[in-house]
Amino acid sequence: MKFVPLVWAILWRKKTRTLLTLLSIMIAFLLFGMLQGINAAFKGTIERANVNRLIVTNSISFTESLPYADLSQIEAISGVARVSQESWFGSYFQDPTNFVAAFPVEADREFAVHPEFKLPKELLNALLHTGTGAVVGLDLAKKYGWKIGDRIPLHSSIWVKEDGSSDWDFDLVGIYEDPEDHAQEDGFYFNYRYFDEGRSFGKGNVGWYTVLVNDPAQSAQVAAAIDKLFANSNSETKTQTEKEFQQAFLKQVGDINLIVTYILFAVFFALLFATGSTLMQAARERIPELAVLKALGFTDTGLLALVLSESLALSVFAALLGLGLAELLFPALKDTFGVVTMPLSVIVEGIFLAALLAITTGIIPAWRAKRLVIVEALRT
Amino acid sequence: MSAMVSLQQVVKTYTRGKQSVEVLHSLTLDLAQGDFVAMMGPSGSGKTTVLNLIGGIDYPTRGEITVAGERIDQLSGSRLARWRSHNIGFVFQFYNLMPMLSVERNVELPLLLTSLNREQRAKRVRAALAVVGLEERAKHKPSELSGGQEQRVAIARALVSDPNLLVCDEPTGDLDRSTADEILHLLQVLNREHGKTIVMVTHDQKAADFARHTLYLDKGKLVESSLIEQVRSVQAGAHR
Repeated sequence: MKFVPLVWAILWRKKTRTLLTLLSIMIAFLLFGMLQGINAAFKGTIERANVNRLIVTNSISFTESLPYADLSQIEAISGVARVSQESWFGSYFQDPTNFVAAFPVEADREFAVHPEFKLPKELLNALLHTGTGAVVGLDLAKKYGWKIGDRIPLHSSIWVKEDGSSDWDFDLVGIYEDPEDHAQEDGFYFNYRYFDEGRSFGKGNVGWYTVLVNDPAQSAQVAAAIDKLFANSNSETKTQTEKEFQQAFLKQVGDINLIVTYILFAVFFALLFATGSTLMQAARERIPELAVLKALGFTDTGLLALVLSESLALSVFAALLGLGLAELLFPALKDTFGVVTMPLSVIVEGIFLAALLAITTGIIPAWRAKRLVIVEALRT
Repeated sequence: MSAMVSLQQVVKTYTRGKQSVEVLHSLTLDLAQGDFVAMMGPSGSGKTTVLNLIGGIDYPTRGEITVAGERIDQLSGSRLARWRSHNIGFVFQFYNLMPMLSVERNVELPLLLTSLNREQRAKRVRAALAVVGLEERAKHKPSELSGGQEQRVAIARALVSDPNLLVCDEPTGDLDRSTADEILHLLQVLNREHGKTIVMVTHDQKAADFARHTLYLDKGKLVESSLIEQVRSVQAGAHR
């Protein structure tokens, strides 16, 4: 600890240069924090997927619909506990930037297959008995300041009503919570009957089915049974676990993990040269000072450790600033990615990466300081 | 007085490219404890090399060097470094202070290598600064000091670990006459009142006059004392 003031003072020997180096490392770690955070949040969403839920989609694509009539047949398969159906409404509130993840559902079925959504029974009943009723997640309600009793207009970019309008009105009758995963509190659920009767096309169809199985160990058999049932029909199905479905859905966006890895590799590769050359230049300028330290009694190894700790202090400090900034900015991504907080693992990974960067960039100047010959260095 | 420094048949050879240059030729020298010795001689005579060897920042090519009872030519690099931190105080011509550290932090540097705690270190730093008369400047940066003050700080840094031997390489070479005399007087005080053994390299005869003894080196050998007067008269003639 007694060397900390020395290391810190040496770091700030050339303030502008240190500040610029610090900024470049900080920005790299800000990017790292944001991208890895998003990546980790996506992975978290997949990991949190329920193991005893299956998603049944059209085998052509999950954007293709399935007949509503399939529901009762799926429900009759052995091992199936409950079945719900959902459709993608594709809507926004007031302005296209105010995206709302809305789904027409049969409320009793939907909340039965999603027991993690906490909705008081009287509010569920209110939804069942209000044709234009809707329930929303707590987070979404807070975002737009909605409260029970509000009339909420949504514009669907897919579904046109029979009167030619794409504006759908809803009455907010309930707000649900998901205490285990607040990211799930952004949903908007309304009555399928109101949707199906109102839409001008696609009547009698649904987007996909969500199947709750009795025993997760039987998921594969149940999935196979569902797909077998609809084989050779007009709407063949593809049944996956919720986790597989989430993964497939995210793959539509692209391989996030691969994209993030490529971007970060490019950033850190560039940073390695920029920081490395700066640290080497800084060490070169300090040759007489390092020689004096050696003359005063610092050992070769001690000097190596001193120069390495300068590099380590700079990288880790800048990384913490970058990651801290990313943590502050992270909630801003919530609307786009549904992510609430940056996982701790990203911060730990970031610090480890900063230490690796410090050692990689600092080892050459540190080694040179170790090998420095005092009498020659004092002459420079 | 017992010998603080003893050089026996010391040879130092530098290799530059394919050429080897012998700078010291079988030099034998004894310096007593408590002595204040000035080393003079023309450029390239080997006086700084002798100082570096005595200070343990360079190894001889051959020969024995004993300082404060330790055969330092036989010590490994790390043991020699630790030995330096306890036994030697360095004063350089250009002070070689760390510009980003305050006066007290500069003086504290050798103490970072000891097991002293923060309070003990601070006490030693205050004492060293008191000896050189710079207690009031403890919080200042070297850039806020005059050349003479910077050299005083360097002397405080050399003193702070209480070494027996101070090696000074042209300590007044960068100072005006009156400031140089102040520094030399301070070295005299350290020698006479604090019992420090001092070896000082200088080109300046007036600086050498502050020492108890003066040694003359020429071409890597000590000049016989009978020849010293001849050297002086030659130098005096050259100046006329």
